[in-house]
Amino acid sequence: MYDLIVFLPLLGFLVAGLFGRLIGARNSELVTTIPLGICAFLSWVAFFTVGFGHEEHAQVIPVANWFVSGKLAVDWALRFDTLTVVMLVVVTTVSFLVHVYSIGYMAEDSGRPRFFAYLSLFTFAMLMLVTADNLVQMFFGWEGVGLASYLLIGFWYDRPSANAAAIKAFIVNRIGDFGFALGIFLVFALTGSVTFDAVFGAAPGIAGKMIHAFGADFDALTITCLLLFMGAMGKSAQFLLHTWLPDAMEGPTPVSALIHAATMVTAGVFMVARMSPLFDLAPVALSVVTIVGATTAFFAATVGLVQNDIKRVIAYSTCSQLGYMFVGLGVGGYSLGIFHLFTHAFFKALLFLGAGSVIHAMHHEQDMRNMGGLRKDIPFTYWMMLIGTLALTGFGIPFTSIGFAGFVSKDAIVEAAYASQRPGAVYAFLCVVVAAGFTSFYSWRLIFMTFFGERRSLSHAHGADDHGHAATDDHAHDDHSHGHDHTPHESPQVMLIPLAVLALGAVVAGLAFRPLFIGGGFEGFWKGALFLAPDNHILEEMETAPWLVSLLPTLMMAGGFAVAYYMYIVRPDAPRALAEGNPILYRFLLNKWYFDEIYDFLFVRPAFWIGRLFWKGGDGFIIDGLGPDGVSARVIDVTRNVVRLQSGYIYHYAFAMLLGGAAFITWFLIGGIR
Amino acid sequence: MIIGLTHYLTLGAILFTIGVAGIILNRKNIIVILMSVELILLSVNINLVAFSTNSGDLTGQVFALFILTVAAAEAAIGLAILVTYYRNRGSIAVEDINALKG
Repeated sequence: MYDLIVFLPLLGFLVAGLFGRLIGARNSELVTTIPLGICAFLSWVAFFTVGFGHEEHAQVIPVANWFVSGKLAVDWALRFDTLTVVMLVVVTTVSFLVHVYSIGYMAEDSGRPRFFAYLSLFTFAMLMLVTADNLVQMFFGWEGVGLASYLLIGFWYDRPSANAAAIKAFIVNRIGDFGFALGIFLVFALTGSVTFDAVFGAAPGIAGKMIHAFGADFDALTITCLLLFMGAMGKSAQFLLHTWLPDAMEGPTPVSALIHAATMVTAGVFMVARMSPLFDLAPVALSVVTIVGATTAFFAATVGLVQNDIKRVIAYSTCSQLGYMFVGLGVGGYSLGIFHLFTHAFFKALLFLGAGSVIHAMHHEQDMRNMGGLRKDIPFTYWMMLIGTLALTGFGIPFTSIGFAGFVSKDAIVEAAYASQRPGAVYAFLCVVVAAGFTSFYSWRLIFMTFFGERRSLSHAHGADDHGHAATDDHAHDDHSHGHDHTPHESPQVMLIPLAVLALGAVVAGLAFRPLFIGGGFEGFWKGALFLAPDNHILEEMETAPWLVSLLPTLMMAGGFAVAYYMYIVRPDAPRALAEGNPILYRFLLNKWYFDEIYDFLFVRPAFWIGRLFWKGGDGFIIDGLGPDGVSARVIDVTRNVVRLQSGYIYHYAFAMLLGGAAFITWFLIGGIR
Repeated sequence: MIIGLTHYLTLGAILFTIGVAGIILNRKNIIVILMSVELILLSVNINLVAFSTNSGDLTGQVFALFILTVAAAEAAIGLAILVTYYRNRGSIAVEDINALKG
């Protein structure tokens, strides 16, 4: 059964990918979606079997030997413990719903077999990642999801911006993966193994060990964890390596929901949680995790405040929420991060798919400034988006754990950040509290701009068939055309049902699973899948946070809602006035803190400069001019002149003979005289 | 005036030079080249015979007779080649015969 969960998507990918043209688009959809449905069902079975079972140790299912080289022995093996099955449930459920949704969303695209094959490939790689029993297999899945992400971002390959975004995502991820690979090497060097059980068993023995590098001594575990975290930063779009995530919105919206919201970007969180026995021994690294996570949560939320593209707002929101997860991990509450990952997958996938439904309804308009008043046209999507927003902003009853999914998991992280004694936790607490207010503001801003107010779209966007008008030329539109009339219309059933399922998850996931993930059922549920040091009482301490701290996220949420309501419903001219009043701040936020420009100046242009140097100077001048090509060119020059001597006329040869004879005779005569 | 060795050698040299010049300067007809080659051979013969009588050794004159034989054979072969060449190419003008280059 466990094998089936992992390998059914591979089967779907192979059939749809290799024979997609042969069997047609409809069959490709079925051959990928149905196995995914089975997968999702089996995952829930596995979730209840493992999560509520009494098996104390992780089940490891060996599949095959991969390679053995000296001491390094790597097997293909599937590891099933609570952490894995939680991820399994998230990945297969969201993936299945996205498959179903895509049948409706991509209905008019000609590349459907390819699209569904990629989706299944991604799901397979992600399952390999979460079921890995060793770091190398995890790296395999890690790179596999990176590849699938690249392919899907660039799915509309005839669009230059999509190709650029795909390449950007790939390259930025390589930077993180470089750190991850180094981290794996270091783990192997320190413990002599890459299998999780062996590594975790050896971990206490290498605590405090130093390594000597670059003329200084470093704590080996800290360095290892920081390198591993570098990989997580790349994959999870954390501060400094976040630039690829907003651009990744070039991909089709279901892809954004699956890969860039619910699953792949949370791989970093999963990896840190998986390596928790190492991280727990490296408090410095955990402080870094906390600080980076908090910075990301704050930074992405500020940028999200002013974005106008509906998908980009949600993308920055994802970035920000990933920061929350890392704060949860960093303060030592690994299950907090995983819990937020779990709930976030539901409501963020819901928001993305809802946004996709809005985009579908608006005939591929993504600029919120051109929307408005859609509440009556697409009521079902409106209600689903509203549920997603309530979950994201953390709506619930303070001092209880009754509320939408985001309320339960996010507030727990805020309280844990307050309760933690770790250096950097105070900073993290401030960041996440402020970010909670910002989150509420931009989420409600999205709702108000899209669904309330007056219809701004009909007069503006749909007079012509050309959707790429000037207001939105910093992004592209999802690409398929409609032949029918230009009024907003509700999406087909096949797109709405996944929304409803996810909405159910967004409402109850927090409430239902809180006791298991972070509450009293912790020990019985996780069964050692997450490491907690004996002196780590963060889960108890967070319960005893002062009442003001517990109330604070709710207050911030209400504040954000009030400001958004004032600015976009009561006084619709207020945002413009505010933007004009603070032009520097506004431009700073609108241009995402100028990160793209800074990176362009620091890395991209020097890279181009070096490339041009080697191209023109190295290859063009030295290799082509002086190297093999140059030598051959000179030989050809000489022979061309020699060839010209061979005229073919007898008298020329005779004359040459005569000259030669005369020269010889002269030489002998003169030589003879001497 | 006594006709001595020098005169014969001078005549041979003149004939030789005319022959060589005929090969090089001739731009018209390939037959002229063959004739020039004959001329060169004859000048050589004159040299041989002159040295032969001068040194009182018959070997040179015997050699000249052999050269005449070879020259006749060579002229016959050369003209035969010319005939077939003309049949194949339709021209024996020197300008047209340049197939000797690579």
